[in-house]
Amino acid sequence: MTTPLLAEFESPEALIRAWARARDEGHRAVDAFTPFPLEELAEAFGPPPRLIRPAMAAAGFGAAALLYALQWWSSVHDYPLNAGGRPLHSWPVFLLVPFEVGVLAAAVAGFAALLHSCGLPRLHHPLFVMPQFERASQDRFLLLVAPKGDPAPLRALLEAAGARLVAETHP
Amino acid sequence: MSGGQPHERGGQPHRLIDAPHLGYGAITAAIADPVQRGGFGRIWAITLLCMLPLVLLTIGAIGAVLTVGIGLSGVNTTVVWGFSIANYVWWIGIGNAGTLISSMLLLTRQRWRASINRFAEAMTLFAAAIAGLFPIIHLGRPLYAYWLAPYPNTMALWPQWRSALVWDFWAILSYLLFSILFWFTGLLPDLATMRDRATTRRGQVIYGALALGWRNSARHWRAYETYHLTMAALAVPLVCSVHSIVGLDFAASLMPGWQESIFPPYFVVGAMFSGFAMVVLLAIVIRWGLKLQAMITPAHFDAMAKVLLFASIVMAFSYATEWFTAWIGGEHADRSVIGYAFSGDYAPLYGALLVCNCLCPQALWFARVRRSLPCLAILCVLINVGMWLERILIVWNTLSHGHAISLWRTYQTSLYDLAILFGPLGLFVALFLVLVRLLPIVSMHEVRQLARDEGAAR
Repeated sequence: MTTPLLAEFESPEALIRAWARARDEGHRAVDAFTPFPLEELAEAFGPPPRLIRPAMAAAGFGAAALLYALQWWSSVHDYPLNAGGRPLHSWPVFLLVPFEVGVLAAAVAGFAALLHSCGLPRLHHPLFVMPQFERASQDRFLLLVAPKGDPAPLRALLEAAGARLVAETHP
Repeated sequence: MSGGQPHERGGQPHRLIDAPHLGYGAITAAIADPVQRGGFGRIWAITLLCMLPLVLLTIGAIGAVLTVGIGLSGVNTTVVWGFSIANYVWWIGIGNAGTLISSMLLLTRQRWRASINRFAEAMTLFAAAIAGLFPIIHLGRPLYAYWLAPYPNTMALWPQWRSALVWDFWAILSYLLFSILFWFTGLLPDLATMRDRATTRRGQVIYGALALGWRNSARHWRAYETYHLTMAALAVPLVCSVHSIVGLDFAASLMPGWQESIFPPYFVVGAMFSGFAMVVLLAIVIRWGLKLQAMITPAHFDAMAKVLLFASIVMAFSYATEWFTAWIGGEHADRSVIGYAFSGDYAPLYGALLVCNCLCPQALWFARVRRSLPCLAILCVLINVGMWLERILIVWNTLSHGHAISLWRTYQTSLYDLAILFGPLGLFVALFLVLVRLLPIVSMHEVRQLARDEGAAR
């Protein structure tokens, strides 16, 4: 059982080069930690998040339908009130509130789905003890790679690609 | 501003980063250090102290109006709406612009938004929260404000869903909560930066808890981008609907000068106009106060000034459409209200409105004006004054000159009116001052990305 290596780079370009080389050599890139999203790595670590948009759509349309139903039931059945001869089921204006509430529900559901996809909130994580990990939110670019077999060639590869520091993670 | 001088002649090395080299570490330090390493001097404290009387004035005036009654303001049986409604529309307009600007610029891939979106969104939060106070002040019976919510009650009553007040309730509530989520999502990676840079235990714990354990992982970023972009796509129609609903407060009535189908879009553009002016004003102050000249550049002001110019032209067109439809519609009451606007009791204010909103912003055709911060600051104040006048005059002109001639009266402004007009401005500034002291006011991760795209980080 070999543990993944965490390599620290000074620029996004160096990290991307190292990632491409490690992948070509058959190592498994686990994750990257960067101070901003790198477009080049969008496809690198697995499929896109599948939960977020469907969750937003379901919650949005669901909440809107629920509120429309509430408006219809309360003003047609439970508490019919003739306001200036307008139809009890005033559907054009009944669309306004469901729209607002639907968008809000979509936002809340999306946020919950975002946290779920990221495995957050999780205030501590084993990676936080790694050296230089706090720089990943500032100015350093970290790559986590699981070696194929012996870690030595991978370490050499990462260092050749410009890594300043290569550290073993502790599972 | 002195640092920007040579670059205005075309020597700026990158279009959106005003420094030959700006590394990721330098960006982070420039934005985070004033918050964490105590870069706030005496001016900050003095300004905050100066705002405290205004905050107290706000609390006092609102408390008085809520306890004594709406009669303390200048409303009467004819002009039943007054400062509260105008303030509400003005503040929600400013509140709408932050999210609208931020999301529209995200969707249209305007990269210069990176430097301004955070405080534009913060402006939204504060302005929308302040705006939400005014309908309650104006309710007359504020203790029954909760009747707007549908809940099972012993009276077996339901809200009147056809009422504009109920639409307002849902619009403000949804918009405020949505804006908080949108803003907080963008803030999450920056909170992680603050956690990682914190030097005190308290800072680590508070920023750490707020960051929810964000790790800057590529998977996190991917989910973040998916959500953020989807939120932006939802924000644009939401913002338009919120201010359209504010427009419907007027347009759904039967009053001359209000019952116009142009009102919702005209209100949305007005909101963008005054809100953008407020963003420019805040940008000028924040750039100077936090020394962010490298990140908020003349190119940013130039782009924002062009939006202001465009909005001003649309506003002028909207006013002209109002006059034209009143004339061509042939309805006597409508024509009479327009005539009253130009020659009646409030005519000087109407003239001032047209000068502030339509005439003065035409100076922005000139690039020199667009890149001159003093000129922009003056114009932005004028635009916001003009937009406030527009809102109060929409209320006053129509109500003072309605269908029933025997009821025509003017509004009598009271001291309480002035207190709830100027007090909240101080509250807004005070909230902003507290915010810049606690959170990064420019989005660090987006500026880092901008620096990479601009080639300034190499």
